[in-house]
Amino acid sequence: MARTLINLPKTAKPGDVIAIKTLISHPMETGFRPGADGRILPRNIVTEFVCRFEDAEIFRAELFPASAANPYLTFTWVATRSGRFSFTWRGDAGFEQTESAAITVA
Amino acid sequence: MPPRPGSPLPAALLALLITWAPARAEPVAPAERRSGFEEMGPGIQAMQRDDDVNPGMLAVADGAELWTAAPPSGRPSCAGCHGEAASAMRGVAARYPAWDARTARPVDLQDRVNACRRVHQGAEPLAYESPDLLALTAFVATQSRGVPIAPPDDARLDAARAQGRALFAGRQGQLGLSCAICHDDHWGRRLGSAVIPQGHPTGYPLYRLEWQGLGSLQRRLRNCLTGMRAEPFGFGAPEYVALELYLATRAAPLPLETPAVRP
Repeated sequence: MARTLINLPKTAKPGDVIAIKTLISHPMETGFRPGADGRILPRNIVTEFVCRFEDAEIFRAELFPASAANPYLTFTWVATRSGRFSFTWRGDAGFEQTESAAITVA
Repeated sequence: MPPRPGSPLPAALLALLITWAPARAEPVAPAERRSGFEEMGPGIQAMQRDDDVNPGMLAVADGAELWTAAPPSGRPSCAGCHGEAASAMRGVAARYPAWDARTARPVDLQDRVNACRRVHQGAEPLAYESPDLLALTAFVATQSRGVPIAPPDDARLDAARAQGRALFAGRQGQLGLSCAICHDDHWGRRLGSAVIPQGHPTGYPLYRLEWQGLGSLQRRLRNCLTGMRAEPFGFGAPEYVALELYLATRAAPLPLETPAVRP
């Protein structure tokens, strides 16, 4: 399991624009670099990130080999109602990780 | 006109050689000491300041888990003896390297963690630059954020400190450079596009964008040595601890900022 750091406010008022920050520990190996033995290291990157609020997708990103290690993604959301966010990272070699966080809107 | 063979050096060149040859190597005065943080652009400074963005915090979170994880031997975890890191480890990293009575030599924080593992936890020492050792040292050092570096006033450390100072001031490598030539005499100027910092170890282990990961002060010192085309010492060499000791003296009383972010 990769370490993730997810930060968003625990509470918000309806109509507030909130910032969601996500950081995941991942080498983002490009697939172009030789390793210590001279052979090309296989590509190992996160290719897709999806954030859902309850059942609705609210943010999606595709990532490519030029992304830095430990990709940091931040985006905003207009607070409508209380609920749970799910954050999913998918990548090479079957990498998939999902985390969740809750918000109370009142 | 080129000088004829055997003729004295042109006066200007001679004057240059005389003024340049002996490096001044005056340590930076305490009031003038500044962290490499100040030399960075606002983007990377913001990255370091915000714990939600600072990628070093990923390792700190790993370290927090390791702190409470019991070793396979069934002996206590770090927390089992030391308790809450936020209080027990506050200020500890600011006092390292320190004298280790058991082995009768100075040790840095990494050595201390490994000694603790061996002696009190019955566990294998962690390899230098391994993710677990970086995570644990980052976690411990983060508890001292904002604490001024305060090297121990311990006479037993004097010999190593003097050795560190000599290593810092002495020319080495194929380019004939010393640490002091860049970091004492020319800090604030540029080497290529990069600003030369004063070279204070305020944020180790730190996240370097160039490394795309966390690294220890020893890794940084090895980088500098290879950059000077000198033979780097092996990880864990006493020369590094001596250098770390001198660097801590040279950096006091700057506050610790682990986990720092550097370009």
